[in-house]
Amino acid sequence: MGRYLIGRLGQSVVVLFLVSLIGFMILNLAPGGPLSQFALTPGMSQADIQRLAVQMGLDRPLIVQYIDWLGRLLRGDWGESFRDGRPVLAIIVEHLWATLLLMGTSMAISIVVGTLVGIAGAIRRYSIFDYLATVGAMVALSIPTFWFGLVAIYLFALKLAWLPAGNMITIGDGSVLDYLHHLVMPALVLALVNVAIWSRYMRSSTLDVLHQDFVRTARAKGLPRYRVLVHHIVRNALLPMITLGGLQLPTILGGALVAETVFTWPGMGRLFLDSIGYSDYPVVMGILMLSAIFVLLGNLLADLLVALADPRVRLA
Amino acid sequence: MAMTTATAISVQRRPHWWQQRTLSRFLRHRLALIGLIVIVTLTLACVFGPYLLPHDELTVDLRARFSPPLTDDFYLGTDPLGRDITSRLLMAGRISLLVGFSVMLISTAFGTLIGVIAGYFRGWTGVVLMRIVDAFLAFPSIFLVLVLSAFVKPSPFMITVIIALTCWMEIARIVEAEIRSLRERDFTVAARLAGASARWIMFRELVPNAMGPIIVAATLTIANAILLEAYISFLGYGIQPPLPSWGNMLNSAQQYLTNAPWLAIVPGITITLAVTSFNFIGDGLRDALDSRSDLQ
Repeated sequence: MGRYLIGRLGQSVVVLFLVSLIGFMILNLAPGGPLSQFALTPGMSQADIQRLAVQMGLDRPLIVQYIDWLGRLLRGDWGESFRDGRPVLAIIVEHLWATLLLMGTSMAISIVVGTLVGIAGAIRRYSIFDYLATVGAMVALSIPTFWFGLVAIYLFALKLAWLPAGNMITIGDGSVLDYLHHLVMPALVLALVNVAIWSRYMRSSTLDVLHQDFVRTARAKGLPRYRVLVHHIVRNALLPMITLGGLQLPTILGGALVAETVFTWPGMGRLFLDSIGYSDYPVVMGILMLSAIFVLLGNLLADLLVALADPRVRLA
Repeated sequence: MAMTTATAISVQRRPHWWQQRTLSRFLRHRLALIGLIVIVTLTLACVFGPYLLPHDELTVDLRARFSPPLTDDFYLGTDPLGRDITSRLLMAGRISLLVGFSVMLISTAFGTLIGVIAGYFRGWTGVVLMRIVDAFLAFPSIFLVLVLSAFVKPSPFMITVIIALTCWMEIARIVEAEIRSLRERDFTVAARLAGASARWIMFRELVPNAMGPIIVAATLTIANAILLEAYISFLGYGIQPPLPSWGNMLNSAQQYLTNAPWLAIVPGITITLAVTSFNFIGDGLRDALDSRSDLQ
């Protein structure tokens, strides 16, 4: 177990290092480099820009800059926003929890619904329900999230007026119920794709378990059907789902960005888009790095959970 | 005695017609066939349709702004500038489908190359390459595409390159896994003993044998690329107006949702239709190319 852990951790550190390298390269890829923003400011002469470059250490060799940048990143100094000069990390953390609320709710919905649909499809394989779920999942995977959001807004906010069209709270309200009211539509829209993915994997994972010897043994012992299903089949079928949950993180984060735009949800995705609009590269880079770290940690955590839950992994 | 018991147990209710595996397989393939028909029709319509329509995609007619579908000869209505949505939709399809196909070609070629090298040369080369793949996979692709497209002049060519840059990793992974198992097989060993070069073995022996999964992944990549293009164009960082794409047609749709819902509905349904079709085709190909799929 310890050895497995160390190996897995080492791998993540290597990937994280590569992630930082890609991030740094992208930042310097910006036409004119990180200073291109200032070149547009009226009254800024070439000499001023030169002076700024020296002041910010941009005249040094790239490798030195990279090491310096990485060092400060590790110490929690993610730079200052071009827009208002505040520390990048503080700005991101401010927006982070809104995104986590949206993602968490949506993930919870999709795990519950997706798991149930997947199990039902596997048990009644080739039934009409299974067939509809299969086709439905494939169509759901093909619908652009933002467009589905627009349709939902049109139906439930504009035509039926059941739900608010956007934002996280009504100004002047802000009770728990008000939050929930605003959360329902974006969370459900974001969940659609994930329900589709989750149910497909759960179906095939359940099918894998369904015909294994220990299930036959449990049945032969005369255990009640639901007991075999819950304790033997589902428990084992859920194992690969933990890994999948980790692997789905980038998709969910990307989906959150799009959903936040359509529903004017004040999270990290909105901040990301606004910052791109303002060419606020330090914030853009900060979010990019943070989301990659988030994804890697998620994968690592998923692998750990699998190792804890499944003794076979530790031996492998 | 034992025999009779066994027979007694094996007698079951006859399966209904929809429970038969052949039928379900046929249905799945029929979906792939429908997908293929939709894509061929859509492509032909986008290529030849604009020549047959009464209005072209750039003609502004302010008297006809916001005409709902089926007004005069604006079959799908007009947009906020009074431009004909039908012809815009078809011209946009040219761009969106072209981007989808080009991304597929670039990312499949690149992903296969990386995957073959990583799978064939195990050890450090393979480890480093696959960790780079992991690093790229750690960024949500839409974030990466948006950052890159904010930096460059967003021509259709650059958009294609940028989307391809975020679509090759999945294929690299699939190919690497495939090659790793193929390189231990007898025919590879035989080729090596016969003195074939590494390049020959990789591209003449291994890649042709991994073609099934590559084709399936490539088809699904088209679907993905069309979706990504729609996302970034919707957000304003993809294909730039006046050049229409399915994504940027939706760009202003949210603003006019109350009074002109067709602005959102028409391109959205077209995107969904195209992407679903490619996904169906990919799924059908998976069934057709992979004999193991019968067990699933």
